[in-house]
Amino acid sequence: MSLLEVSGLTAGYGIVQVLFGLDFTVDAGEAVVILGANGSGKTTTLRAVSGMIASSGDVVLDGQRVTNSRPDELLRRGVAHVPQGRGTIVDLTVEDNLRVGAYSRPAGDVDAEIARWYEVFPRLGERRSQAAGSMSGGEQQMLAIARAFMSRPRLVLLDEPSLGLAPLVTREVFDRVGELVRDTGTAVLLVEQNANLALAFASRAYVLEAGRIVNAGTAAQLQGDESIRKAYLGS
Amino acid sequence: MEEFISYLFIGLGNGAVYAMLGLGLVVIYRSTGLLNFAQGEMAMFATFIVWTLADSGLPLWLAMFGGMFGGFVIGVVVHQVVVRPVGDPHQKPLAVVIVTIGMFLGFNALAKLIWGADDKTLLNLFGRSGIDIFGTEVAWQKLGALAVLAIEAVIFWMLFQRTKIGLAMRAVASNPESSALCGIPVTRVLMFGWGLATAIGAVAGTFTAPITAVSSNLMQLTLIYAFAAITLGGFDSFVGAIVGGLLVGVLSDVLPRYVDFFEKMPLAPAFILILVVLLVRPEGIFGQRKVSRV
Ligand SMILES: Nc1ncnc2c1ncn2[C@@H]1O[C@H](COP(=O)(O)OP(=O)(O)OP(=O)(O)O)[C@@H](O)[C@H]1O
Ligand SMILES: [Mg+2]
Repeated sequence: MSLLEVSGLTAGYGIVQVLFGLDFTVDAGEAVVILGANGSGKTTTLRAVSGMIASSGDVVLDGQRVTNSRPDELLRRGVAHVPQGRGTIVDLTVEDNLRVGAYSRPAGDVDAEIARWYEVFPRLGERRSQAAGSMSGGEQQMLAIARAFMSRPRLVLLDEPSLGLAPLVTREVFDRVGELVRDTGTAVLLVEQNANLALAFASRAYVLEAGRIVNAGTAAQLQGDESIRKAYLGS
Repeated sequence: MEEFISYLFIGLGNGAVYAMLGLGLVVIYRSTGLLNFAQGEMAMFATFIVWTLADSGLPLWLAMFGGMFGGFVIGVVVHQVVVRPVGDPHQKPLAVVIVTIGMFLGFNALAKLIWGADDKTLLNLFGRSGIDIFGTEVAWQKLGALAVLAIEAVIFWMLFQRTKIGLAMRAVASNPESSALCGIPVTRVLMFGWGLATAIGAVAGTFTAPITAVSSNLMQLTLIYAFAAITLGGFDSFVGAIVGGLLVGVLSDVLPRYVDFFEKMPLAPAFILILVVLLVRPEGIFGQRKVSRV
């Protein structure tokens, strides 16, 4: 049984349907990517899974149907969502953002855990009492990821972490998340346009086009796939 | 000089009450993002609860705590039954503001229906005597209002800076969507904010009532002063509500005694000051300039 099993997922905004019956799975500790162009429905998919928008179909976590659960309920069940545009709470300090990440946990060991994250991302430690909104895009992305991990999730939904970041910073973000997945055994469901990076990061991939999954396989398979190379890898 | 000191403390004491109501307005502005025009009427309703309890023989202090509890429940119910169903104030601010104006009328009518149209009296929390300050008699009631405001300020500071629910309220005020993704039960946090705002309204009402009388119009003038206070201090600033409230209180009680022009219009000095502040610093003295959010 997979950690996350999604079948027949449909969702949209008002009368506009965006997703037309998606099926995908994520195993425990696995990194999976959904590739798709602008407007294909990547963000909508993650929003539907974490209950930010209404959906129909089945979202099954650990064998329990959680379709349309509220985001805070899903977080308590171990699903953290780093939204597109990072979603840092700009008026709060870096440290308060991390505390918010630990909201669902008992207060006891939060300070120790925050200190640990300052070791992982020293720049967050240097700016701990600065408003999150005053940090660079890359720093905010690191903060958003650290904050998501503060809840000790089993699955992190990660929405286009490369958005608006310089290639070098993007690579660093991916490297760090890769280390986190290895070290903590946390599963990641990533949605991305940057196929090069994403396929190097993930073990399996789905390809989303206009709200439908049109291709799936291991990262290696898709890296070798002619149509993928044309559409996403620029060769 | 003696006269001035006497007026100054009357102004500070009254200003403390504007600040209390202003704190409630700020709590709601920061958490829900709207100016609650019914804040005064909700406080009035809670003050009627204080009066009912006091009238049935409870000591005034205890009656006030009872009114605060009643106010808390009223705030929670109003949020759940009236405000939340209308929708997100960030998306449709006008609809929600109109609803608070409707609540203004509703609470006013309901209070008349329950407690009748005749005035009720509520005694001073701090008695009728005073203390000598620089040769001037200053009423304990005014000093008491200042002390209670100071206690509220400390409690607010502790609540917002040192507790988990305070952190949640600050987070929800800044970014409700991200807060929900971090596991914060946003609706319950907003309910708590509305309850808190109405609970301190009961305190403001308990201080206002002995000056006038307990009636359905109890808080209407106080609300105008409180709006003036937070416009001056900044809609989103607790410090601003306190400083603004005290400033408005002093200006409206001191200036009219010395300047003939203001005698007939005690509200005028405060509003002139507000006009100036808004021209120079539209977000208020302590308000935050909104940084754009992406
Ligand atoms: N709040 C909304 N209201 C109405 N339509 C929306 C809304 N958000 C997205 N859409 C529409 O849904 C479709 C899918 O959008 P979505 O944001 O899921 O795409 P995406 O794959 O994440 O794109 P991008 O790479 O640009 O982030 C688009 O056609 C978009 O216009
Ligand atoms: Mg997107």
